[in-house]
Amino acid sequence: MTVVVTGLGATSPLGGDVSSTWEGALAGRSGVRTLDNDWAETYGMAVNFAGQLAVSPLEVLSRPEAKRMDPSAQMAIVATREAWAHAGSPEVDPERLGAVVSSGIGGVWTLLSAWDTMKEKGAARVLPLTVPMLMPNSPTAYVSLELKARAGSHSPVSACASGAEAIGMGFEMIESGRADIVVAGGTEAAIHPLPISAFAAMAALSKRNDDPAGASRPYDTSRDGFVLGEGSGVVVLESEEHAKARGAHIYARLLGVGMTSDGHHIAAPEPNGTGQTRAMELSLQRAGLTAVDVAHVNAHATSTPVGDMIEARGIRALLGSHADQVALSATKSMTGHLLGGAGALESVFTIKALETRTAPPTINVTSPDPELELDLVRDTPRELPEGQLAAINNSFGFGGHNVALVFGTA
Amino acid sequence: MADKNEILAGLAEIVAEETGLDTAEVELEKSFTDDLDIDSLSMMTIVTLAEEKFEVRIPDEKVKDLTTVGDAVDFIAAAQG
Repeated sequence: MTVVVTGLGATSPLGGDVSSTWEGALAGRSGVRTLDNDWAETYGMAVNFAGQLAVSPLEVLSRPEAKRMDPSAQMAIVATREAWAHAGSPEVDPERLGAVVSSGIGGVWTLLSAWDTMKEKGAARVLPLTVPMLMPNSPTAYVSLELKARAGSHSPVSACASGAEAIGMGFEMIESGRADIVVAGGTEAAIHPLPISAFAAMAALSKRNDDPAGASRPYDTSRDGFVLGEGSGVVVLESEEHAKARGAHIYARLLGVGMTSDGHHIAAPEPNGTGQTRAMELSLQRAGLTAVDVAHVNAHATSTPVGDMIEARGIRALLGSHADQVALSATKSMTGHLLGGAGALESVFTIKALETRTAPPTINVTSPDPELELDLVRDTPRELPEGQLAAINNSFGFGGHNVALVFGTA
Repeated sequence: MADKNEILAGLAEIVAEETGLDTAEVELEKSFTDDLDIDSLSMMTIVTLAEEKFEVRIPDEKVKDLTTVGDAVDFIAAAQG
């Protein structure tokens, strides 16, 4: 059963929809800026910048509907509406329509705001929608309500691999015959002082406060950690048969998924990247492809000193000398790291790259790591070759979750 | 302390904020569920916000008796004494 992509949606630090986000990426624009509040001063935070959304969901959704959702679900709904409209708002049997939309962290704004309210005003002031808003399955639940999706609604959680895992699960729902269409993706709204401070406490975040737009610099020798971002990406996956029967436009194909786990450490990747490479190998195997079919990789590459090169060595090991002909992009250099939204937004980028045959640039790399043996697309986009192409999108999460998705041209 | 018109106006603001309805639609004889299409979770939200706004306590077991907007206004007025 071939799975195709018939719709895309996004809201990101680069734009409120796919076209503005993609234009921003091709222009090599950074969506990272100094926080528009006084948290850093108030709480003594070491990091005072992030990839904040370009367009608030509150500008798009009605006030009563926004009030019922955590920001993570609001963003997912914005991206879902775009993706569904982009797919032509298909007529589909609700029992053959699935939703798989993940978040890595869940409704952290709702949880912490409710705790603030309780401390200030007492237990009686805790609002009844607190639980439905904070639960990490809330975004996928709202997507299933929005579209009346009844084949199943899931939200696999695997930290920064969550969004990719959701798309992988959507792929499997269609491949196994559970659904004809699955709306799949990821979302994250964790730009709140507590998660920022907690990531900073792990020494995971860049502290380049004086140059926010230059802070996310994957593979650069001066990289010093990731930049937190927020937003959502959603794709409409569909069996090729169903898409063709309704005359839908096919933007790309989802050819395979590979998922492995390190079983090594709660936060650090396994130093040899064995599990990461194996995920990529499995994804190609499942797609019936080999390394030479790959033209483009959208790397996980978060701009951490250790993680970037583990993945880079793994990609080199997978592709061998063919790596010299593979356009490597690290789009977190522009968006920051959307955690559970990352794999989904980067799937949107990967699909757009195949559709338009253009690999987006990686910005801020002024001095590439001398150990990088890959062909990094720097500063300006690069044209991809003609013919049938495949592209890999990697996502790895704290806890040792490794997910590789392989997309192909339509 | 507020008179019933003030309570109605204050309650209408809460309902409007929660549902997106116009405050003018929140009239005394309207049923929360049948006319205003408010589900039980939204009703509990409205009750929580009304308790704070009018500084009263509306016990959970009383909420089911508040069928219409007028029932809620009367209850709040009585609770305020």
